[in-house]
Amino acid sequence: MDQLNNYLFIAAALFSIGLFGVMTRRNGIAVLMGVELILNAANINFVAFSHFGGMNLDGHIFALIVIVLAAAEAAVALAIVINIYNNLNTINVDEASRMKE
Amino acid sequence: MTEVLFWFMALFTIASALMVVLNNQLLYSAIALLFTLFGIAGLYIYLWADFIAGVQLLVYIGGINVLIIFGIMLTNRIASVRLSQTNLQQGVGGVFAFWVFLLISLVISKTPWYQLPAVEPSGTVREVGTLLMTKYLLPFEAASILLLGALIGAAILSREAN
Repeated sequence: MDQLNNYLFIAAALFSIGLFGVMTRRNGIAVLMGVELILNAANINFVAFSHFGGMNLDGHIFALIVIVLAAAEAAVALAIVINIYNNLNTINVDEASRMKE
Repeated sequence: MTEVLFWFMALFTIASALMVVLNNQLLYSAIALLFTLFGIAGLYIYLWADFIAGVQLLVYIGGINVLIIFGIMLTNRIASVRLSQTNLQQGVGGVFAFWVFLLISLVISKTPWYQLPAVEPSGTVREVGTLLMTKYLLPFEAASILLLGALIGAAILSREAN
């Protein structure tokens, strides 16, 4: 647990899992969950480098900003997904390929 | 003991992350995402980042995950979601994601990371607050404006079109 590499490996695994989710999911909300996993992997890296770089708190600020971005992104993405559902009656991202009806 | 707990938490996080992307029931995926975020908050505590762990619990679990569950309930016919959630590229996607993981792991294990020793602080809230109000005031304000824009944008997007 006192090894930087352990945290980096965990973050790499989470990033790859999130990437897999983004690439293979059909449902818009499931794609969003994959994006959240990727953002969390980046956050673990920020905080781990901050911890092993002499407890330099700049990394914590970056992680905070990323969390704020994730909140804004989730709100807007869910509004878009609900709009797509109202218009097309599906949230399958393969079918929502038209910009205009 | 703490070592065992750390590895348990790491495995728990990764296993529930796998559940998020592999489960066919969307609602179960959302609950698995909740456990993943909880495990990540535990990792933050191992990294002495108490404030980030608290923010993770409040914003991610209390905010974003609840929002996602709301989204699922508003857009799914819950009783009939037994349709396949993945597309045809699952095999290719799995191979590609695993390849990316191997590549990153190779880079991680080959790089000699520059590290500094540190003593455990009594808490990070005071220092993070000071940094937010001095060195990082501009990003802080930019993030506030972004949140305001996202709030207004989400309200306008989800309004009834008439």
